[in-house]
Amino acid sequence: MLASLEGAVTAAVLALTAIGLSLVFGVMRVVNVAHGEFFMLGAVLAWWVASHVGGPPAVGFVAALVIAPLAVGALAALADMTVLKRVAYDPERTIVATIGILYILQQVTLMTYGPEARPVEAPFNTRLALPWVEWGEGGIQLYWPWGLSTTSYKLFVIGAAAAVLVGVWLLMARTRIGLLMRATQLDREMALAFGIPVERVYAMVFGIGGALAALGAVLIVPIQQAHYLMGGDPLLLSFIVVIIGGLGSLPGTVAAAVLIGLSDGIISVFFSPTLAKILATLLVALVLVFRPQGLFGTGAK
Amino acid sequence: MLELDKINAGYGRAQILRDLSLSVAPGEILCLLGRNGAGKTTTMKAIMGLLPLMSGAVRLEGREISKLPAHKVAGCGIGYIPQGRRLFGELTVAQNLEIGLRAGGSGREVLEDALDLFPRLRERMHQRAQTLSGGEQQMLATARALCVRPRILLLDEPTEGLQPSMIAAIRDVIGVMRDRGVGILLVEQRIDAVLSVADRVAFIENGRNLETLEAEALRRDHRLIETHLGV
Ligand SMILES: Nc1ncnc2c1ncn2[C@@H]1O[C@H](COP(=O)(O)OP(=O)(O)OP(=O)(O)O)[C@@H](O)[C@H]1O
Ligand SMILES: [Mg+2]
Repeated sequence: MLASLEGAVTAAVLALTAIGLSLVFGVMRVVNVAHGEFFMLGAVLAWWVASHVGGPPAVGFVAALVIAPLAVGALAALADMTVLKRVAYDPERTIVATIGILYILQQVTLMTYGPEARPVEAPFNTRLALPWVEWGEGGIQLYWPWGLSTTSYKLFVIGAAAAVLVGVWLLMARTRIGLLMRATQLDREMALAFGIPVERVYAMVFGIGGALAALGAVLIVPIQQAHYLMGGDPLLLSFIVVIIGGLGSLPGTVAAAVLIGLSDGIISVFFSPTLAKILATLLVALVLVFRPQGLFGTGAK
Repeated sequence: MLELDKINAGYGRAQILRDLSLSVAPGEILCLLGRNGAGKTTTMKAIMGLLPLMSGAVRLEGREISKLPAHKVAGCGIGYIPQGRRLFGELTVAQNLEIGLRAGGSGREVLEDALDLFPRLRERMHQRAQTLSGGEQQMLATARALCVRPRILLLDEPTEGLQPSMIAAIRDVIGVMRDRGVGILLVEQRIDAVLSVADRVAFIENGRNLETLEAEALRRDHRLIETHLGV
């Protein structure tokens, strides 16, 4: 129960990060190796904003929640317009280009922010005891066992991530801009022939992808700390999730994030984190062998 | 009036079109004839700005549209019905048409007009495009281009794989658009279909102009076609 709650927090943040990667791959056919660095930048910026805004921790946190994703999104859009457009979105060259972006972002952060890990204070963090249900004499009994508790902040992370995911879905399915993004994804050339400014759509999608990673990071920094090398794990896990979920499939990505996040949490608590990663990697290998289009993918494009 | 003035274009370094010139007047149907691989589809892509020109110019009513970014070409009034339909398959009929309307900056009345020409689409507005029958897909591809409110229509083998009744329906719509003063550039493999609608026929080979003839002359003398197509 506790393990699954920890897992749910991981899953929530992972879903946000992976959906960003999946969106970028789906619409632009770009494998963004620098995605984890957008995550890291979100965390570092969150620390920076929170430590420069006075007042109670909640004010700094809310400021970070707004500013960090916007700033990272703008930076990602800029990277798209200056770098990815220059290599004409060629699949191989974009991989090399995003590896370059990865190192630039990492080293600039090391030079400015430094090698320390720094925490951001959670806006609220009351401990909540969780009830446990058991059959006792005379029916169901609720009791509050020792040690079984979570914090209100962790529940907030799960709720916030779910809300953002619903927002992304609404954006894609219900809005004019979402329609243009999907048309671009389905047939780039026909999108151009029917007046869709594909370059602007690309910049926007890359920006949204970066902003989602940054948002996931802002939510996690009160639990983990901000560090310039923290982008590696989310990148790896996001790739795993996107592959299992089916490249470019949004519902598949969310389902896979829940699967990986929960099992990661549960296995890490009962066994070891290393075993969790090994099993996840094994799962990817199995999926690639038996269902290359992903568990939820709809066949090769 | 659409004019192609000695355009040279191709894919990457492979040049396909060589000094190709064409013109389509309002209310005229110009048929482009040539063997497989002659560069007919490539010509249409070059008009839409989807291929960079190496030299030459494409002009619409004197305005050099080949200088515009590709996504601005449709808005000048060119509706494109590509070979193989190329619908946005996962989107609904209504969404495909909405993209056409947006491209032309057109209002609801343009949509209503297109649906009046293809009433079968009206019943299927919320069906996904990829689940339509082949004929319905061709209707949608045509209606999507009409939603742009075109002054020029480019049709690339619109009757490929269709049964006769569907071919007749498409041909009727082409006639309606011609009568409204729309200039039409039509690529069509079937000679009889070409001769029954065309005003002029332009033959191309290896991306170059051969001759451009009045359709009337071809209707009188079928041997002209054989000499130009080499069939
Ligand atoms: N994307 C591409 N990249 C490279 N070469 C291409 C590409 N598309 C077409 N070609 C080449 O350009 C030439 C002209 O092709 P195009 O599609 O314009 O012919 P077409 O006249 O439309 O033929 P068809 O009657 O078969 O449709 C062909 O030799 C073809 O191989
Ligand atoms: Mg062709």
